[in-house]
Amino acid sequence: MSLIENINKAFDHRIRLGIMSILMVNEYADFNMLKELLGVTDGNLASHLKALEKVEYIAIEKLFIGRKPNTRYSTTPLGKKEFENHIKALERIIYKR
Amino acid sequence: MEQQKYLNDLSEIKDLMTKSSRFISLSGLSGVLAGIYALIGAYLAYNIIYVKQNIGDDYKTIVLYELEMFQLFGIAFAVVALSILTGVFLSWKKAKRNKEKLWDHSSKRLVINFAIPLATGGFFILSLIEKESYIFVAPLTLVFYGLACVNASKYTLGAIRYLGITLIIIGLACVWNLGYGLFFWVLGFGVCHIIYGTWMYFKYDKN
Repeated sequence: MSLIENINKAFDHRIRLGIMSILMVNEYADFNMLKELLGVTDGNLASHLKALEKVEYIAIEKLFIGRKPNTRYSTTPLGKKEFENHIKALERIIYKR
Repeated sequence: MEQQKYLNDLSEIKDLMTKSSRFISLSGLSGVLAGIYALIGAYLAYNIIYVKQNIGDDYKTIVLYELEMFQLFGIAFAVVALSILTGVFLSWKKAKRNKEKLWDHSSKRLVINFAIPLATGGFFILSLIEKESYIFVAPLTLVFYGLACVNASKYTLGAIRYLGITLIIIGLACVWNLGYGLFFWVLGFGVCHIIYGTWMYFKYDKN
């Protein structure tokens, strides 16, 4: 059995991993909050968000706060499950071998 | 090689989870100072209530005039204002040291969740004062402040959960010893703040 079989390619990037980590412990996060916490540029963040959205690990909700458009992100049940598997796989590689 | 990368991944995940869900720049030292202000305030209040009245050991009945009431409220207000200012200032410094913002989503969430039980208690207690029913003021301030700490602990350093529980217990103990409110205040707002503040300082601030 290969140890890395559960390593999820979709999470194999610092920023995507970061996005998922934040969304796992918060009901939702908006674009600016993610940007501040991760310290990345708009374009960079947007492309990683899009990648996670494409595999349906995160959900996007567009709404208005007053007149200002606001986009907020949250994990889907699938995303949660995959992320948990990914963490377990990481831990197996590090601690068990 | 690979392993080191995954280890870094894991610690970064943990870091982001804490940072995004909790306000971690709360200063332990400000808790210690708040406790010291409370002790000074209590000492001043003691002089107004007990020494001037010359009523010896009988704490059960005290007579206060309007001027003295205003002095007591003045002391209480000064203690609270100084504590808040110190807390904000020291947390701001700590946030700066951690290269984080003082006012972001996590501190906002912390303030809101701390304020809900506190404001509820505040209104309740103000209405008691307005009806000149002072006897439950001391235990209720301790209980509601304790509840506020427990509620806020989900959004900041976990240690204040234990401070909250301790204050609730002291507040409830005070109900069975009505008339000794000032001493329970000293114990709760003074001594407990200093003990837990010191603990938090050594656990979180010092590195």
